[in-house]
Amino acid sequence: MKFGVVVFPGSNCDADCYHVIREVLDEPVSYIWHQEIAIGGFDCIILPGGFSYGDYLRTGAIARFSPVMPAVIEFAENGGLVLGICNGFQILLEAGLLPGAMKRNDSLQFRCHDSLLRVENNRTPFTGLYREGQVITVPIAHMEGNYFVDSQTLDALEENGQIVFRYANVGGEVVPEANPNGSMGNIAGICNRTGNVLGMMPHPERCSEGVLGGRDGALLFQSVVDWWKRGERVGA
Amino acid sequence: MSGLEPKVWRDMGLTDSEYEQIKKILGREPNYVEVGMFAVMWSEHCGYKNSRPVLKMFPTKSDRVLQGPGENAGIVDIGDGLAVVFKVESHNHPSAVEPFQGAATGVGGIVRDIFTMGARPIASLNSLRFGSLDNARVRYLLGGVVAGIAAYGNCLGVPTVGGEVYFHPCYEGNPLVNAMCVGLIEHKHIARGVASGVGNPVMVVGAKTGRDGIHGATFASEELSEASASRRPSVQVGDPFMEKLLIEACLEIIHRGLVGGIQDMGAAGLTSSSCEMAARGGSGMEIDVALVPRREEGMTPYEVMLSESQERMLLVPKQGCEDQVGEVFTRWGLDAVVVGRVTEDGLMRIKDNGVVVAEVPAKALTDECPVYYREEREPEVIKVNRGTSPNPPEPDDYNQVLRRVLGSSSVASKEWVYRQYDHMVQVNTAVRPGSDAAVLRVKGTNKGLAMTIDCNSRYCYLDPFRGGAIAVAEAARNLVCSGAQPLAITDCLNFGNPEKPEVFWQFRQSVSGMTAACNELGIPVVSGNVSLYNETNGEAIYPTPVVGMVGLIDNIDLRMTQGFKEEGDVIVLLGDTLPEIGGSEYLYVTQGQEIGQVPDLDLAREQRLQECCLELIKNSLMGSAHDCSEGGLGVALVESCISGGIGANVALPTNVGSDAGASPAVGANTASSSGMRPDYYLFSESQSRVLISIPEQNLSALKEICDRHLVPFTVLGRVGGDAVVIRKGEAPATGNPGRTVGEEAIINMELVELEKLWRGEIERWMG
Repeated sequence: MKFGVVVFPGSNCDADCYHVIREVLDEPVSYIWHQEIAIGGFDCIILPGGFSYGDYLRTGAIARFSPVMPAVIEFAENGGLVLGICNGFQILLEAGLLPGAMKRNDSLQFRCHDSLLRVENNRTPFTGLYREGQVITVPIAHMEGNYFVDSQTLDALEENGQIVFRYANVGGEVVPEANPNGSMGNIAGICNRTGNVLGMMPHPERCSEGVLGGRDGALLFQSVVDWWKRGERVGA
Repeated sequence: MSGLEPKVWRDMGLTDSEYEQIKKILGREPNYVEVGMFAVMWSEHCGYKNSRPVLKMFPTKSDRVLQGPGENAGIVDIGDGLAVVFKVESHNHPSAVEPFQGAATGVGGIVRDIFTMGARPIASLNSLRFGSLDNARVRYLLGGVVAGIAAYGNCLGVPTVGGEVYFHPCYEGNPLVNAMCVGLIEHKHIARGVASGVGNPVMVVGAKTGRDGIHGATFASEELSEASASRRPSVQVGDPFMEKLLIEACLEIIHRGLVGGIQDMGAAGLTSSSCEMAARGGSGMEIDVALVPRREEGMTPYEVMLSESQERMLLVPKQGCEDQVGEVFTRWGLDAVVVGRVTEDGLMRIKDNGVVVAEVPAKALTDECPVYYREEREPEVIKVNRGTSPNPPEPDDYNQVLRRVLGSSSVASKEWVYRQYDHMVQVNTAVRPGSDAAVLRVKGTNKGLAMTIDCNSRYCYLDPFRGGAIAVAEAARNLVCSGAQPLAITDCLNFGNPEKPEVFWQFRQSVSGMTAACNELGIPVVSGNVSLYNETNGEAIYPTPVVGMVGLIDNIDLRMTQGFKEEGDVIVLLGDTLPEIGGSEYLYVTQGQEIGQVPDLDLAREQRLQECCLELIKNSLMGSAHDCSEGGLGVALVESCISGGIGANVALPTNVGSDAGASPAVGANTASSSGMRPDYYLFSESQSRVLISIPEQNLSALKEICDRHLVPFTVLGRVGGDAVVIRKGEAPATGNPGRTVGEEAIINMELVELEKLWRGEIERWMG
């Protein structure tokens, strides 16, 4: 299974995703430069975390106009798997591949620490190896992770099972104290209607090896490989 | 040329005799541009004119040192063809007047020092000092500095993995912001700041040049006063996005072998980078300032040469490689412009559209900076304070005392600070902030790097020699507690005005103490920075020689952390506890006193303790290890409980006779503690001690190793429960150390309460 990691100017988790795919999953991976307009041969495209274009103007707002983005959008619309992590999630929102917007954390500060997530939907290509309701530990590191969406869309997200991860406590309860950024409904990650595009603020690539303190994130990447190798496809 | 008014050079920070020396060097009156260039290069910040003779004391070599002081950063071999590159630098004065940008550009500058050597920056640390948190301006400074470090470092994608934050009124007007960066490099990629190859082009790459930061180096070399706010224009503005692009582009050209020499444009901008590169290469350089890309119109040659605009580098490509260099920079959206060439006459020749506007020997700027041997005198008040023995009343309520020490802002958790820093990016962070040292794995190997930054300035105030030695010993102990062998030091020497004999005495004593410890522990100094003139309205800060240290862990699986691990593990204190509360946090917090002898440091004993601790770790005998520092055993114990999320039950062997038949050499309980007051035992800051926890079955192995290293140890109790319970009385060395004889608990507090207090203190002030 071939992964591609998009490199925008200012991406800084590109090498981390690359490392995990290659060294932990042992799957082929290559970088996709932001100026490429045609991308082919990939089975999953990752928009990594970081500060694309310095996060100037608004997070993800400039990256979404990057030359590579029309090809990413086309890939997603054809059922290709797209994973946006942190800044990548923000770019997916700006690009309209996922609904909603990011506001600044309610603390108005950058936050970097472990967060507990409850897996709300394990029937996506990204979460098949988790149990539904499982509580996993995945670090966050962001200034703008306060997810916001209008109430109609929120209802639709709920109804369609598009809310994939929520911030929760150890017992798996979705409570305000577990919310690190003020995100609506404690939302940490959502997917599109067809499930092939996932955006999440926490960083699964940062908890994919025991030496870093946990392996809960590796299961996400392994789920993708597992799903793809079973021959499953979305749409198209 | 007609002579300048004396006011011109005096305002730039040059003395009349220095001006005369410049005239002698040039054989004529210097012009305005030339005076400006000499003024910044001969400032303390660039020229080390007050500190150079003292710094010569430091040992700078070991089998592993590949590059010592004198380059952009030091380099130390870690095997496997890899090396670690690191340096610390101050950004105190800019941060005092503009905390956000001052701190942000401090990070930017030190990171450039690392990648200019060809190394990938893999971690940042910082040492911060402020006044008391009850002062609103101090809170503004802390908030701004932390936000600035976060904004810059997080965007770069260099994790900020460690640091220290202290609060003391002496830093109220002059906070300290010392930033350290660590990089990793393959030996074959090491680049240096040398201009060689006559005729080779000289390129300015990165950001455009503006009017910001002119005379920043001079500003850094004068005392702060009411008027310093007017220096805000001397503070540069950072663009971390630009720097991120610069990192990638520079590493690419260096690793592709396109570069002959490269240097960051830091303090004193184009002036320092060009003349230092020329001086190191024994060459000259010709630069036309008209070719330098600018973001403002109408800049004079003087302004271009002295601008400290950030995110710029000066580089000399290898012969014929400038086009390839240009292509790389274009791909990253950056300027790369040829502004001059390397010459053979040893002169810095600055032109403006072909017209020579300055011409001075490169070496005159770098090597002929005057050196001052300052007068020194021990301050009378310090002699008196040190000679006064502390005699605090014994507390009635130990719970309350523990609360106060633990809740002291200098002791309390710095989570409010480090949760704003991305400390995990690059997926190497194996031990995160909040333990004795941060540990990073080295990808592609089984190795780890431990790093820390340390200083106790109260010790240095009372006894700068011992304080300097303790700073080195404690940094090394922090690394050892993480399982690492210390490799080398980078230092940031923060002091007041060296022209005052009392300050110069502190400076020389501190460096002497550090040197003694470096020599005994076998740890060389490979890079550093001196920050003098840290005074506000004539009041100097406490002497603060900050030690940044990096250590190597051969097998990352054997890294050690401070948190207790297993219920039932035995808690043991390695080392000797003496009633040393002089200069302690306990004395300061409970009595408001900073008096007495600071703890003794026996370097041979320290060395034995560290070797012993490393052997225990390498044999996987221990569950945890934590250095005892500010707040002594009491604080170390609670921190090990909080980090491990588990309580402890211990007894202090304070009122029982020692085992008369056993000397420390055979590893029995130590004799010194007999009859000691419990508050002294709990809060003494005796050096060379490590608090460990260990499975009971490993006690005999522990004894064997401690005996062999002549390290005394004391069994204190057991890990377990939800509370921290401390009694007087002796815990038996075997059987159930948790069950102590007879005595009532003097401390019995729920861990949850202690944790809340410890975690909440900074947040209580900062929100």
